[in-house]
Amino acid sequence: MARAVSSRRKWTFTILAWALAFLIFFPILWTILTSFKTEGDAAAIPPKFLFFDWTFENYGIVQERSNYFKFAMNSVILALGSTFFALIIAIPSAWGMAFSPGKRTKDLLMWMLSTKMMPPVGALIPIYLIFRDFGLLDTRGGLIAVLMLLNLPIIIWMLYTYFKEIPAEILEASRMDGASVWKELVYVLTPMAIPGIASTILLNVILAWNEAFWTLALTTKDAAPLPQFIASYSSPEGLFWAKLSAASTMAIAPILVLGWFAQKQLVRGLTFGAVK
Amino acid sequence: MATQQSRTLGRIAVAPSVIALFLWMIVPLAMTIWFSLLRYNLLDPNPFCSILSPGQLFDEANRCLAGTTNYYYFLTDPAFFKAMTNSLLIVGSVLLISVVGGTLFALLLDQAIIGRNIVRLMVIAPFFVMPTVAALVWQNMLMDPIIGFISWITKSLGMGAVDWFTYYPKTAVVIIVAWQWLPFATLILLTALQSFDEEQKEAAQMDGTPPLSFFWYMILPHLARPITVVVLIETIFLLNVFAEIYVTGTGGRAGNLPYLVYQYGLLANDIGGASAGGIVAVVLANIVAFFLMRMIGKNLEG
Repeated sequence: MARAVSSRRKWTFTILAWALAFLIFFPILWTILTSFKTEGDAAAIPPKFLFFDWTFENYGIVQERSNYFKFAMNSVILALGSTFFALIIAIPSAWGMAFSPGKRTKDLLMWMLSTKMMPPVGALIPIYLIFRDFGLLDTRGGLIAVLMLLNLPIIIWMLYTYFKEIPAEILEASRMDGASVWKELVYVLTPMAIPGIASTILLNVILAWNEAFWTLALTTKDAAPLPQFIASYSSPEGLFWAKLSAASTMAIAPILVLGWFAQKQLVRGLTFGAVK
Repeated sequence: MATQQSRTLGRIAVAPSVIALFLWMIVPLAMTIWFSLLRYNLLDPNPFCSILSPGQLFDEANRCLAGTTNYYYFLTDPAFFKAMTNSLLIVGSVLLISVVGGTLFALLLDQAIIGRNIVRLMVIAPFFVMPTVAALVWQNMLMDPIIGFISWITKSLGMGAVDWFTYYPKTAVVIIVAWQWLPFATLILLTALQSFDEEQKEAAQMDGTPPLSFFWYMILPHLARPITVVVLIETIFLLNVFAEIYVTGTGGRAGNLPYLVYQYGLLANDIGGASAGGIVAVVLANIVAFFLMRMIGKNLEG
């Protein structure tokens, strides 16, 4: 009897959860479906769900008309470039704070975090003018620097919480064995830190990929990544939903896949270790 | 334990990021404060300067000291009050939706449901959609009054279609932004729920504790901290919502503080006014940040 009740309960919850999940996921699903329709089918009333002439032509048209790959390439370069440079200075910092903490380490961490609280509009005008005067507007280099600094506090924090979990005894043991600091770093610390570093990279790539405020303000054409590419579709010309959908699908697909893998790290990174 | 050598090394290792972040924070901030005290327009080489304060022209860009005039104009601009209200409206409504909805979703997803991992993936997905895509997809394919999906549903139900972006631009923006942040709240709260002690749960079941009081006395206190974290982090991001307003062209009526600063600066070229607005935004964000920092700081101790 009890089993029957709990099984009914299970089914009720299952159906409810699936219905809600479907509702939340629907805009994405609908975008993906629409990207395979002809423009006529995309605007059809009543909407066509699965029974339409499936076509790939929108992807070709979008690539041809607005050069998707150029924008995608910029997105990849910006995301990976900013992550790479941030890691170069963040790994030593996090290492230093985690393994030889001083009296001020905690204050330093909190201060780093506080830079993240600065609203971008507070820095927009000077950065825009500096970029203009130094010819950095619409360049990848300039944007990589901004994205790197933007996410540096999160990267340092994440690495710090991961490094903190590496037991100090292991390091002491290697020191007893006479390992130099350099050897300690390369042979002991790095292998143990790789999972944490990988998660950090994943999270940062997602954040950099989706960053819209700075990319919309500082790029126009040459260095413009995908958010700018999509924004160019905001002035409609005739029937364009299927093409918009194809463009959107191409812009979000890579990060959706990465994001699904990175759920746990995301929680940890975005709450600065407050929720694990 | 740490030797003198390793301590020195630690300091050297920390230095580059400290210097980088210090410059990133202080240089733009100092410049913004400086600009906010100037009459400084990029397009118009300020005839005002020579009229108002002839003695104080000080450079070839025809800039002059304006004291607190920019702040006065920004704060008394009716657009500021509107932008401020819109900022609060967006933050408030999205927080309400995402915290209440997120708690309910997290409780639901924490049950023994079939295909939980897939459901979870579907619920989280919107958080990974870039803001410009979310805005355009909602504006065109879902909320279009003539051939949008939502209007098809409401028409089929005999309720007629709603022209969201003409009549309810703020609601439309809130819906789009909430769609992206509800998944975030759900993900965080679900993670927190999964760390809830199973034995306590079983004990409560054995005792026949009614679900509602179990939720109120056991689950909610357990979620108190994660909920605070969600509220504070979302507030930081929600105060800075920009792309959803920019892309949908709702800046005129649903524009928030960041949008107004953008309008002053990059559209009207009024650098002084925009900088004053930027500083106002910084002050407001700092009030929020103060509480967030205190909380995370406490967590760091524990």
